[in-house]
Amino acid sequence: MEMCNNAYSDARQRQLFKNIVYVGALCALLDIDFTVFESLLADQFKGKEKLIAPNIQALKMGIDFVHENFSYPLDIRVERRDLLGDAIITDGNSACGLGAVYAGATVAAWYPITPSTSVVEAFMDYSDEFRTDPITGKRNVAIIQAEDELAAIGMAIGANWNGARSFTATSGPGLSLMNEFLGLAYFAEIPVVLIDVQRTGPSTGMPTRTQQSDVLEAAYASHGDTKHILLFPSTPKECFEMTAQAFDLSEQLQTPVILMTDLDLGMNDHISKPFEWDDSTQYKRGKVLDAAQLDEIGRFGRYLDVDDDGITYRTYPGTHPTKGSFFTRGTSRDEYAAYTENSAAYQRNMDRLIKKWHTAQDYVPAPQVYQKSNQSNYGMLFFGTSQYSSEEAMDMLKEKNMACDALRLKAFPFNQTVVDFIHSHEVVFVIEQNRDAQLKSLLMIELGINPAKLVSVLNYDGMPITANFIYQQISSSLTNSRN
Amino acid sequence: MTYLRPKFRHPDLPKNKLGYSIDFYEGALSTLCAGCGHDSISAGIIQAAYEMNVEPHRLAKLSGIGCSSKTPTYFLSNSHGFNSVHGRMPSVATGASMANRDLIYFGVSGDGDSASIGMGQFVHVIRRNLNMVYIVMNNGCYGLTKGQDSATADRGSKNKSGHTNLFNSIDLASLAIELGATFVAQSFSGDKSQLVPLIKAAMSHQGFAFINVISPCVTFNNNTGSTKSYDFVREHIEATATIDFVPEREEITTSYEEGSSKVVELHDGSYLNLHKVAKGWDPMDRLSAMNAVQKARINDEILTGLLYMNPESVDLHELIETTDRPLNSLTEKDLCPGSDKLVSINAGLR
Repeated sequence: MEMCNNAYSDARQRQLFKNIVYVGALCALLDIDFTVFESLLADQFKGKEKLIAPNIQALKMGIDFVHENFSYPLDIRVERRDLLGDAIITDGNSACGLGAVYAGATVAAWYPITPSTSVVEAFMDYSDEFRTDPITGKRNVAIIQAEDELAAIGMAIGANWNGARSFTATSGPGLSLMNEFLGLAYFAEIPVVLIDVQRTGPSTGMPTRTQQSDVLEAAYASHGDTKHILLFPSTPKECFEMTAQAFDLSEQLQTPVILMTDLDLGMNDHISKPFEWDDSTQYKRGKVLDAAQLDEIGRFGRYLDVDDDGITYRTYPGTHPTKGSFFTRGTSRDEYAAYTENSAAYQRNMDRLIKKWHTAQDYVPAPQVYQKSNQSNYGMLFFGTSQYSSEEAMDMLKEKNMACDALRLKAFPFNQTVVDFIHSHEVVFVIEQNRDAQLKSLLMIELGINPAKLVSVLNYDGMPITANFIYQQISSSLTNSRN
Repeated sequence: MTYLRPKFRHPDLPKNKLGYSIDFYEGALSTLCAGCGHDSISAGIIQAAYEMNVEPHRLAKLSGIGCSSKTPTYFLSNSHGFNSVHGRMPSVATGASMANRDLIYFGVSGDGDSASIGMGQFVHVIRRNLNMVYIVMNNGCYGLTKGQDSATADRGSKNKSGHTNLFNSIDLASLAIELGATFVAQSFSGDKSQLVPLIKAAMSHQGFAFINVISPCVTFNNNTGSTKSYDFVREHIEATATIDFVPEREEITTSYEEGSSKVVELHDGSYLNLHKVAKGWDPMDRLSAMNAVQKARINDEILTGLLYMNPESVDLHELIETTDRPLNSLTEKDLCPGSDKLVSINAGLR
């Protein structure tokens, strides 16, 4: 402080430069390459270049102070390394926002909530850059800040109904509010993409801490018999790709797709492989009939299972003067979208929705299986941000002669690979970040797995799960079972 | 109502400019009670769409839940319809409108759907000035669940079971004006000559056009002591003006006593010719409109007709500067920045 008071006359500068002087001191003590600071300052104060010189001055004051008063550098040094190759460092929320731009989302509706807010903020920033006509200022996007989460998902559903790719982003409390609309979208078969950046629940919980505790809520959101497609990204690159994929899947399957990220992945910077995009990508818009196709067919039946895969044909409003109009409703309807309370018609529809669900198993991304063939009677099963800790734990276990095979889930519904993995191991450790073993429950419910076979590794303190924690849990379980 | 509508139509039924006769604008048979005010409003919508030469498939009809929200099935069967969830139609309509600005959006709601569970969305859709027609079929009660009071039931009004409503009513028209709605009208389901031109004007308006239609519930709220019965409404109705809707480029032929008529130009070049009855009321002046509605309420009158409109209305698409092309017609080429841009984005993240 004294140094700052002597060097600067302005009270604000005296206050602000304290930290920079300290950083300068560290630079000398840890032998950090000074050019790194110069380039960081140039980035930070782009457009405010006159601030660079006083910052450099402050850094040098710190360096000089160390040179005059301490022996330097310390035993601990900072060295320049490059082990990352072409990796990028970014957060999952920005990657989701960018993914939505690349996927051609044109309508975004949202309500601010930690930790999902920056998903739509990133979408806005990228839209300013990529979706705004430089001459007219007109935009190829509509972004609406809604009055609440109910309206946010209602808008996203309305836009998708009308043939625009639309999404919303929220966290646990918002997901609770969106349940009713998710049930409508499931039953009326309207695509919609929801990005759920999970935080610590229940209720308001710990809004600034992470968890994977919305799994069951998301899988079965809304009353009645409902199931929703879930995707589990674990890196920013996967946030980007799976957001784009979510739009394809929701339009192909005409149902909500929920991208399950979490606060750790969404808001913290992560090292990730760089984003990639294939320019020959065509958006998969699903089964949509245009006017010419309507003219070719006989009577249009919105819920008629023509292809026997449970997925029926839809039309956008405004397509044809006399064919293809139908009534979208949350009430029961027959194959021609007419209201009915006929039991047989209702049941036919519910059974077709399950047929569609089975079709979805082969549409969603397949799990990542780590071993080409089984090395062990034990398996580890994990998803999302448990990936890196689990991989590290896997190495630790191997070193101690407790090798486990591993599978990373990427989606719900589960496909045959998941079933085979579980059946081919004596015990499967299910690693997740919630108290109630939600993914384990989902595996039991959906696949009829014997609960004794699935051993939970549960971290739910609000902090990201660690390799050491997983290693301890699994190794002690294995040691006990051997004794 | 269970009756069969004859399939035969007179071959010489008059046709509109598109060559459609009015039956092209009809919907399925109504299942509402015989004499329900809502059916008269549906008939008004059919008439207005026919007279406005609307291509039915270029109109989307949306609703929430309730008796009123069932009505979109009973008109314009060549239009896409969306019966959403209770009180949430405005959000669905907002998303739909954002996706394709070229269609006409027609929202139908009720007093339960808009004034109670959907109040939040009603308020905010007005605030955003979404380009849509929003009709509330207002009967002051919950018909589908057999006649409970709604939030628009007047204080002191008696329902069918003899219970007197203890609470103040929410006046949707006043609220809409207060919130800055750019077109606010009020009408009565039994007054087709007033309702049809109002619906036509609402369809011509660029922005949020709200029509609160008193629509008596013949089954649960048509009793003595109710302030939303046919008899009560007929006795207490007071019109702001008689209204002629004059389509684009047609000469105004109706003549009124000098000083008592006012011509309002609408966005699409059509006109409303108002023959004023209410004293000191100017439809382009928000304060005078609010005053007129409040005065009428104090006098136990229901002021009907056009209450307020802002011809300078700027709708949501214009406010957020969306492109002129419907967003749902844009393709990969228009929307995807491509791999080149991704190279520089990646570079910026190293």
